[in-house]
Amino acid sequence: MTEQTHFVEIRHAQKSFGALEVLKDISLNVERGQIVGIIGSSGSGKSTLLRAINDLDPLTGGEIWLDGVQVNKTLPHRQYEKHINEMRQNVGMVFQHFNLFPHMTARENVTMAPKLLKGLSQADVDKLAEEQLDKVGMLERIDYYPSQLSGGQKQRVAIARALAMKPKLMLFDEATSALDPELVEEVNLVMKKLAEEHMTMIIVTHEMDFAASVCDRVLFMDKGVVVEEGPPSVLFKNPTQDRTREFLRKHIEGAS
Amino acid sequence: MGLDFSIIPKYMDIILLGVGWTVGITVAAALLSFVGGIIFAVIALYAPWLIRQPFRLIEWVFMGTPLLLQLFLIYFGLVQIGIDLPAFVAGIIGLGLHFAVYNSELIQTAILAVDKGQMEAARTLGLGRGQALRKVVIPQAVRAVIPPIGNNMIALLKDSALVSVIGVSELTLSAQRVIGKTYRPFEFYILAAAFYYVINLCMEWVQRKIERRISISR
Ligand SMILES: Nc1ncnc2c1ncn2[C@@H]1O[C@H](COP(=O)(O)OP(=O)(O)OP(=O)(O)O)[C@@H](O)[C@H]1O
Ligand SMILES: [Mg+2]
Repeated sequence: MTEQTHFVEIRHAQKSFGALEVLKDISLNVERGQIVGIIGSSGSGKSTLLRAINDLDPLTGGEIWLDGVQVNKTLPHRQYEKHINEMRQNVGMVFQHFNLFPHMTARENVTMAPKLLKGLSQADVDKLAEEQLDKVGMLERIDYYPSQLSGGQKQRVAIARALAMKPKLMLFDEATSALDPELVEEVNLVMKKLAEEHMTMIIVTHEMDFAASVCDRVLFMDKGVVVEEGPPSVLFKNPTQDRTREFLRKHIEGAS
Repeated sequence: MGLDFSIIPKYMDIILLGVGWTVGITVAAALLSFVGGIIFAVIALYAPWLIRQPFRLIEWVFMGTPLLLQLFLIYFGLVQIGIDLPAFVAGIIGLGLHFAVYNSELIQTAILAVDKGQMEAARTLGLGRGQALRKVVIPQAVRAVIPPIGNNMIALLKDSALVSVIGVSELTLSAQRVIGKTYRPFEFYILAAAFYYVINLCMEWVQRKIERRISISR
């Protein structure tokens, strides 16, 4: 196929779970440093799209390109595993339910993968842990276990864990929706800080205000297609599609 | 004739040697059953079909037949195909594999119970499936399963008396030998029982230590 010209390129993504078609011919480009928000009602395929980017849910059709390399290229099994493990090192992912490793401290959560995969020295590993946990404001809790942390703190450690691999792209799947309302802001602040550092991010969220404040572009998904996309100022204020308008009316009223 | 415990000190060295063998065999077999249990569990869950089959056979043999028969088979049977093991080694292998199969069942269940978000989080960081199992999934499964494995290990201690049938002078056989000389079954069986009880207590203590060290609430 043609050479890639965008940092992230999703071409005609199609995904079915059995007979259920969850993504229907989605194409999307993301430039380096861009922050793209994805909104949409439950079951519209937001998570599936995000998870296709690092191949957690492999596409059944279409292509994903990242920084000049096709993520889901056809390779023999073993080679594919190796390729995908390398690709994933470039893509950080943050989950709704944190998925911290409960048997490891914050420090170990952050350093396990870099230590194993990049063969860093102990000194480098310690420095890395301190650096990344400091960045998310969790340095004081460096030797705490996840069970000793609040939801917001867990999510910040999870972000630090993803950042420790020095990814080129960060994926967030409703990073704050499992949190008590008073803990949302601390996580949003960390994400805003990443935005200021020009990290490329794709953020699935149901927080319209947050999407409006950090995203360069917002996509509205419904039933496996991107119904409408644009800068938040346009999409939130003057949506052109009925479905978008209806969704926003429900959500902005519901939230306020 | 009445009871006379004053005879005990004279034969204490034989009994203590028996205690030594029982402890040694139990500890070695326990370690084998633990490591073997993890390996069997991983094979049962993740190995390709062809590799799983011989292990299913091993599993069936060790679960579906008496331990006594298994010990005979390993000690006397293997000689015929040129594998001549010392009795205590045969005993350790028999006990170890027997309980490895039981531990494997526990570990398999525990592996499947680990939240699948854990595997996903590890894979997202770039770990391969084997690495993710080794670093993330199995350590959590093993932690969850320490108490029931502890129970299996107590059963292993008790079953270690069976290796006497292939001639290992562990605690039970040592007591029997002393009784053969002294005709004092009550005293020496009680003594042996007391030693089993003490070993039992030690094992429970070790288990609690391990649990305290590694148990982390999620
Ligand atoms: N592993 C799976 N097997 C079968 N169906 C799945 C699987 N994962 C997702 N689906 C289905 O795909 C559809 C899209 O799911 P997805 O999780 O992508 O939606 P979403 O937009 O993220 O929703 P939410 O806002 O609730 O997180 C849903 O109908 C869901 O039931
Ligand atoms: Mg979702």
